[in-house]
Amino acid sequence: MYTQALNTAETDDRGLEDAAKDAAKAAQFQARIDAEERIEPNDWMPAAYRKTLTRQISQHAHSEIVGMLPEGNWITRAPTLRRKAALLAKVQDECGHGLYLYAAAETLGSSREELVDAMLAGKAKYSSIFNYPTLTWADIGTIGWLVDGAAIMNQIPLCRCSYGPYARAMIRVCKEESFHQRQGYEIMLTLCRGSDEQKAMAQDALDRWWWPVLMMFGPPDATSQHSDTSTKWKIKRFSNDELRQKFVDATVPQAQYLGLTIPDPGMTQDADGHWRYSEIDWTEFKQVLAGNGPCNRDRMAARRKAHDEGAWVREAATAYAAKRARRQTAQAAE
Amino acid sequence: MATPNTPLWEVFIRSRNGLAHKHVGSLHASDATMALQAARDIYTRRGEGLSIWVVPSTAITASDPAEKGMMFEPAESKIYRHPTFYEVPEEVGHM
Repeated sequence: MYTQALNTAETDDRGLEDAAKDAAKAAQFQARIDAEERIEPNDWMPAAYRKTLTRQISQHAHSEIVGMLPEGNWITRAPTLRRKAALLAKVQDECGHGLYLYAAAETLGSSREELVDAMLAGKAKYSSIFNYPTLTWADIGTIGWLVDGAAIMNQIPLCRCSYGPYARAMIRVCKEESFHQRQGYEIMLTLCRGSDEQKAMAQDALDRWWWPVLMMFGPPDATSQHSDTSTKWKIKRFSNDELRQKFVDATVPQAQYLGLTIPDPGMTQDADGHWRYSEIDWTEFKQVLAGNGPCNRDRMAARRKAHDEGAWVREAATAYAAKRARRQTAQAAE
Repeated sequence: MATPNTPLWEVFIRSRNGLAHKHVGSLHASDATMALQAARDIYTRRGEGLSIWVVPSTAITASDPAEKGMMFEPAESKIYRHPTFYEVPEEVGHM
């Protein structure tokens, strides 16, 4: 049950006298994880597990919400009514995904307001990919095809994550996400079968998005700071590099079918069929993560504006609910 | 500047006629009407349901997972409640 009222985050951080008891509990907890059992909100869990998941799930939620911005940019300018309806549905889905994820994060004991405020204050991160601009309609196709494709690659193993509410949210998300990738690929296919200018537009979008998309899988395994414990706790099932490789292998034939060239002249295919890509420019990744990407400031400004401009709606809804509750109490007293 | 907490609601959806309402997740809304509308938008964008229940999360009393041994022991020790506990000769056939 996703009940906030039942969460007992405080009880994990008791005094030292319970340290021995906690060590026994931690061993029991790891045994449950090893047995592929799911951990539920009211089960005992190590404080670090709770913290890691709160960070990961809330970042994931923020990414879905911020992810609405680059695509929302093209809703009014979609080339046909069919494309517009599909894009609108996709952006609505991203909002829904954000809300499933916030609800899952809240089961760990943080309130929605705390989570959202941390993002608005710039203390919580969201996926760096959304700090890149959507300059042409082909960017919308590329986002669906590659950004959602990479997200699916990441999210499918998360359906088996050890934390129940997160795993269940991911199952819903993955079911809906496949439409996103297909609508993106269809846009690319249409452009690539169109005029030379349209095909050039598709190639330009691929050129700009390819490397940032590869960075979505996170730092290389050798330097990733969260991977070890996350793997032990079965939050993470595959390493960053493993998922990246799977994504590249799946994507190369799709690009070939479109007749597009992946902007990596050093790319080669191994005897075992794997596509080897060139060194990724991690300084760019770090720069964008540090807030210096092309759209970081825009995205934050847009989120803060939406939050501020929605304040009166939240206030009005709360006031209305309070008035109704008072009236009901008065009627009951009569 | 944290805004005041908006109540949390648990959402249950009946996916098909004849099936039970099943818990699908939760959401925040200031009152029951808004909770129902938000549940429609968040959890039934692809015809997932015929009927929605929303219940204030605070109205739910849950059993304590730490006590589950004691809680469910009465059922576990009564294997004679299962049909397989009883022996029926093969000649009798399916029963």
